[in-house]
This record gives sequence, C-alpha cells and structure tokens, in this order.
Amino acid sequence: MAGEDAAAKGPNKQTAPSASGMTRREALLQLLRVGSVAVGAAGAAFWLSERSKRPIAGQAEQAQRDHRIVSDAQWPQITVIQGGEPRALAAQAFENLGGIGRFIGRQDVVVLKPNMAWDRTPEQAANTNPELVAEVVRQCWQAGARRVIVTDVSCNEPRRCFLRSGIQAAARAEGAEVILPDADRFREVELGGVVLKNWPVFAPFLEADKIINLPIAKHHALTGATLGMKNWYGILGGERNRLHQQIHQSLADLAGFMLPTLTLLDCYRVLVRNGPTGGNPEDVALKKTLIAGTDPVAIDAYAAKAYWDLDAERLPYLQMAAARGLGTPDFASLHVKISQIA
Amino acid sequence: MAGSRWQRWRRISQILFLLLFLGLLVFTALRAIPGTTSDIHVHGPVRLFFEWDPLVAISNAIASHALYRGLAWSLVILLPTFFLGRFFCGWICPMGSMQHFVGNMPSESKRGKQRVESNRYKRWQTIKYVVLIAGMVAAAFGSMAIGWLDPLSLLVRSFGLSILPAFNYAARAVLAPLATSPVAAIKGFGEVAQAVLNALVLEFRQPHFSQALVLGILFLVILAASLRVTRFWCRSICPLGALLGAASRWSVLGLHKDPAQCNNCNRCLLHCQGGDDPVGSAPWRKSECLMCMNCLGSCPEHALAFRFFCKEKEVALPDLGRRRTITGLVAGVAAVPLLRANTGLGKSRNDRLLRPPGALDEPDFLARCIRCSECMKVCPNNALQPTLEEAGLEGLWSPTLVPRIGYCEPSCVLCSEVCPTGAIWQITPREKGWVVGVGTAQNQPVRLGTAFYDRGRCLPWAMATDCIVCEEWCPVSPKAIYLEEAEVADSAGKMKTVKQPRVDLNLCVGCGACEYACPLQDHPAVYVTSIGESRSPRSQILLTRK
Repeated sequence: MAGEDAAAKGPNKQTAPSASGMTRREALLQLLRVGSVAVGAAGAAFWLSERSKRPIAGQAEQAQRDHRIVSDAQWPQITVIQGGEPRALAAQAFENLGGIGRFIGRQDVVVLKPNMAWDRTPEQAANTNPELVAEVVRQCWQAGARRVIVTDVSCNEPRRCFLRSGIQAAARAEGAEVILPDADRFREVELGGVVLKNWPVFAPFLEADKIINLPIAKHHALTGATLGMKNWYGILGGERNRLHQQIHQSLADLAGFMLPTLTLLDCYRVLVRNGPTGGNPEDVALKKTLIAGTDPVAIDAYAAKAYWDLDAERLPYLQMAAARGLGTPDFASLHVKISQIA
Repeated sequence: MAGSRWQRWRRISQILFLLLFLGLLVFTALRAIPGTTSDIHVHGPVRLFFEWDPLVAISNAIASHALYRGLAWSLVILLPTFFLGRFFCGWICPMGSMQHFVGNMPSESKRGKQRVESNRYKRWQTIKYVVLIAGMVAAAFGSMAIGWLDPLSLLVRSFGLSILPAFNYAARAVLAPLATSPVAAIKGFGEVAQAVLNALVLEFRQPHFSQALVLGILFLVILAASLRVTRFWCRSICPLGALLGAASRWSVLGLHKDPAQCNNCNRCLLHCQGGDDPVGSAPWRKSECLMCMNCLGSCPEHALAFRFFCKEKEVALPDLGRRRTITGLVAGVAAVPLLRANTGLGKSRNDRLLRPPGALDEPDFLARCIRCSECMKVCPNNALQPTLEEAGLEGLWSPTLVPRIGYCEPSCVLCSEVCPTGAIWQITPREKGWVVGVGTAQNQPVRLGTAFYDRGRCLPWAMATDCIVCEEWCPVSPKAIYLEEAEVADSAGKMKTVKQPRVDLNLCVGCGACEYACPLQDHPAVYVTSIGESRSPRSQILLTRK
C-alpha cells in the first residue's frame, strides 16, 4: 500500500512541481545529509558489534612492591628499645639501625602506614601511638624526603579514626600529608598470592618510593596476636572480611606483595585483651617498647614471643613468609640490638 | 519607588536565608572538625531553622506536653508574626523561596490575563488550614504526622536524602575521570574542582538512602506545581503557612489601598505570591499575604502601601467556614486511632526496627519525630534510613538503623545532637556507654537491640571455616561476642578446630557492627533485632540484665 501511495505521488510531483518544491541542489544536499547519517549509523553499528565481547574483569596491575634497601651487616636487622617515651624510642631505633638516611633518600615519596583502623584514643591502644608516627615523619623530612604521606584504610568510620587516634593531628603538626581513604582512589592489583589474587589497593600505597610500616601489637582472638604483617590488611579495599577464613595464608600473601623499607612495631602500650579493638584501659599494658628493623618476620616472631609467649610454630604465617624469603622467624639467629633508655 | 526597594531587600533576604539553610544542611555532617582525640560534636547551629519553626514547637508541645531544648526560639518568628503577618513565608522560608524562584520562571500557563486570574484568591487555599487543624488534633493524640508536611522538614528530607546525594553522585561521576585524566591540564582542573567541591559540599562517602527516588520526585513535583500556580504549596498545603496565617489575625501591618488612585488595572496580581487579593475590587486577605511587596512595585499608580494601623476593609481570618473546620477536626480525630488500630505500634512490632541511640520509647518517639531526617543526614556511616512500613504507616520516614548499610559507631552521638525535637534525646558518648564496662553498676548503656546468630549460615558453625570477623569488630570491652573452640569435620571428614561465636546478652548493645562486618554480604549470619532495646521496658528478653 505504501508503495502504491508513493507511486501515485511520484508522477504528481513530477507533473506539477509545487511552489514550495526543492531545487535540485537542495534535494541533493538533503540526500547527502540523510545519507551521511545513515552511513554513520551503519558504521557505528558495525563497529560496535565487532567489538562486542563477553565482559571480563579489567586488567589488573601486576607488581610486587619491594621497597627494601640493601642489607648491611654493619647494622642489626632488629633493634628493641625499652623504657622510653614514643618519640625517644623511635629516635633511638633509627640511631641503632644506622640512621634514617640509610632508609630514606632525598626526594623520596614516603608513605607511612600506621594502624588507624579503629575509632579509639591513644590510651586505648587500638591504633599506633601518634607521637611515634610524628617522630617518624620528622625523621623522614630530615632525610630529605619530597613528600611524607600518612594514611590507612580504616575499619571504623575513617574520619573518626583519623581524628580520635590523634595521628592526623600529630602527623600534620610535623608537616605530613594525611590522606583519607577516598573510595575513588583504589586500584585493582593482582597481588600474586596463593589465596589473594585481584584486590583493590589504596593508590598512595602503590605510588610510594618508600614505605614504612607502623603497626601496633595487639591481642587477636583468631591468631593470638595481631602484629606487623597484619597491618597490610589496611592497604586493601573491597570485602577484606573474607581474609580471615585463611588468615595465615592471607598474611603471607600480603607480606609477599608489600615489602616495606622498614617496620616499627609499636609496643609502647600493648593491648593484651579484647583485641584488636579493646577500649578499656584495663586491657592495656604499658610496655614502653619499640621493636624495629628490616626483617618483618623476625619482628612479628619476637613480639609474639615477648608478649603472648607464642612460639613461631603457633603462627603459621611466619613460616609461610619465611618460605618466601621474606625473613626469618628465628630472631635469635639475627643480630638483635637491645637498648634500654632512661 | 518604595515598592521596588522593599522587593530588593526581600530578594536579598530570601537568598541569604536560602544559602544559610543549605549551608547548615551541608554542615549537618561529620565535616571540618579540628583534630582532637576527644568526643566529636557537630559544629554550627545546624538545627536553627527547626528551632525557628513555630509549627514544630506548637505541635510538639501538644503531643509531648513540653518544649524540647531550643524550640522556644520559635517565638523569634511567632511573636513578630502577630504584629507583622507572614513575613517568614515571604522573606525567610527556604521552601517558600524555592517556590518563589521556580514560580518566576516563564511558563505557558501563566501569561498576562491567565497569570492575573491565577493569582486571585481561590477557595482551595483554605485546604492548608484543614491540614493544620488535622495535624494539631493528631498531635493531641500523640502523633507528629504533621512532620510529613512541615515545609522545613520536607525540605531537609528531600535535600538530605535525595537531592544532595544525587548531586554528590553526579559531581563525583563527572570529576573522577577528569582528575585521573592523562592530560595534565584536565587533570589539574579536575583535582582543583574536586578539592573545592569536597571542601564545600561533597560528602566523603557517597550516601545512599532507601526511597531517595520517591522523595526526590515528590519534591520536584511540588516545585513544578508552582510553574502552573504561583507558590502552589505555600498557598494550598503548607501547614506552617496556615499557622502563621492564623497568627496574623491581629497583625497591625495592613495593606492600604487608595481607591482614588486605583484604576483596576489588576497589575498588582501579576506577581502576587500569596493570592491575597491586593486588587481594588476585593478586600485584602491578611492571612494569605506573604509580605512579598511585589504588588507595591507592580502598581503603576502607587495606589498600594503597607501601613501600620490602617483602618481598611480586610479579611483577617481564613475563609474556612464551619464545614471545613469540622472536616479538619474529624480527619485529625480519626487519623491516629485508625493508624493505631493497625498492627505496628500496638502489636507485632517490626523486629528490624532499630531506633537511633537515645531514641525515646516508641509512643514518645512518635509524639516527637517530625521525619526531618537530620539524623539520617548527619550519620557518618549512612546507617540511618527512612522507614517505609517498618514503623507502621504512622512512622513513615522515621529513622531506622540498617546495619547492613552501616553500624552505629560506638562513640558517635551526632544523631542525638542534631535531632530538633528530642525524639532522639541528646546523649553524650559517656551516656551511650558502649566502650568500657557495659552492664556494670556504673554503666547502663543505651542498647539498640540484640545480635543473634544464624548458625545455618555462619562459617565456623556450619561450614567448618575460620572467620570470627564479628568478634574482631565487637566494640565493647569485654566483648559481647565470645568464642568457643569446637572440633568439627569438614566435607572430607577431616577434623578441624574452629572458633564458634556466641552472644553474651548482658554485654551486647545492638550496635550492628557484627552484622555489618559479616562476610556473608547478601544475608548476614549474625543480625540485630530490636529485642532488648533499652528504650522499651516491654521489649526485653532476660528477666534481669546486667
């Protein structure tokens, strides 16, 4: 029917071109316009159907983050400082380990990873001591760092954690950048672990030249204690509450991905019960100690033995990490320097 | 011209109060707080507009027989209204100002003669008085249903739960790709824009609210209505406008019309906001006038002027009539008993109705909560959500904690600080009592409910798998979740030791952190129900609880 209509109209038009009829030029231009839209549509359809593939997860970055420095037999792998205030403990630790200049170079972007996971105050000892963090910031500037960044991916509401841990204020007072874990700044990373494959990692941890781990030693019901390596949970986004199902392998996987320049395990106040959140000052033991060094495995083994009487065999992740060549749980075999300060 | 000068001042006032309102709303959040390890409080007078709202004050006083905290400040608006009329509507109310601005937009249905006709007084403008009467009677029955229609409540609810979150989403969606652009100039611009907007308006985390779509559409429909009829909401529905209209009964400021000058050109109707007949052919309706002063500026003959104590023929009272008054009374009398004859408050309370910390027992709560959603706006964990039917129809849009979205932060009391009516009574973190020594003689904590395990879904209970994230997150010390080691067989028959979690009823405060942290994302293996909430003496499990 439509064809007939068109046919009927066709001759009419030819025999009696109306006053409003198009000129040939206008008609050609019109055809050109319509034609180019049609060709464009067809081209787009062809191109889009060509590239149609079943969606697969985006390509993740693949890189272990190795921030270790060359070891030097002249200096101890671990040092244990006892009996001082947090700033003095940190200063002494750097002195024992050969000075901050051994670890941080001029123009380095340094990221400090304290534990700022919980909405708790320093006295409750669920987060790293703010004075300790502040002293490390100060030392990094002394070494000539270009940027000093302090951040963590908290468990509780991050703004509250950053504020009430006292770390945000203390770090800023020393001139550090304190960066909240912004949801837009996570990147998919292939961690290359046995159980940990693709996970979102907070970008500042991926962009650092040097990383200093600043964990705090706390009680934990699943493993007995949460120490240095557990702090790497706090670089991840996503549903990290699944990690606990294979906590030892997860810890070893993370430790194999993120190899810090240095670890300073805060034992100034140690949460000995109701960890890792605590809350009650009665859960806290004042130890006035700092365990620092370049062997993260030995540091965890040392603290586990010292405060929870846990032998390395009771913490399988230490063996797993040792098997990867990340350190040794046999801290007695290492050069450990113990200092007592007034 | 005197008229246009007043108009200019009015416009400035409207813009300033609208900006103040939006600014306070944006700052109803965990935002710009100086570094401190002590308790965290909301800064700024974020409740200001509710404390100025006489409708909230009077209806709350009727329902709860008291005036909470700053509500007496509403005299600042009410007393001048007695003398000056509805200046609040025309000069201050942010809801009114938005209608005003939208109503000024060019519209096909409001041109010339049509516009003049649409701005004549209409009988349907009395609906708002019926709404007011019904709301007040409902308040006498102990329901703050009027809060659904209070203009400030409506505005905070629409902006806080819908418009601002949508804006937040849009801004982030546009800025994020800019700020990560490989082109340095675009990246720089994106980063600066991001920093500025973050500091001014954007939320740290994208908020999500149930019913955000419905609330947003409702608001936009109300705004769009003023494209057809100027200030449709203010003229016909707003119960606060009705209250202020009634309060201006004896106002001494009147519209003086000079009959010698007036030639009935009707131009005064062109921009009339209230629909109060400033024309020479009809008496001025005092209760409808919003004091916008547009008529003064519109009159080419300078025949109009606002004067004190002018003896003029005017209609001082709303044109309500006996029938409409009775309609309002009957509606108010019938509404609450009908709602309460339903299940909900009386019987079969929803087990997932978790009220915010500090919330009063349900009848007292409903006698105060105006559904302004300030508490939901301020909650840093996005945990408080507007109810749909969880609190019964009567409790529509009142707050409930949804632990799957966010748990109640142990030391946070922001919702109790922003609540304008004391439905969530102001408490301190110490009174909340969630951290140290729960259940001791010195600490009777606020409890929101109690956690329960679904042993068929819990990994250590049912799947021979380690987990206990719930125990890790439990914020009280000693922890309300305790673990028992059990020898369980996996599918291959291999024996394995796992730690199985249990709840200590004496220690659990119902914060929902366990439910939030449970790795079973869709339907958690541990969940909080309202039983045991400290606000209700009837909703208890144990005969005695420490």
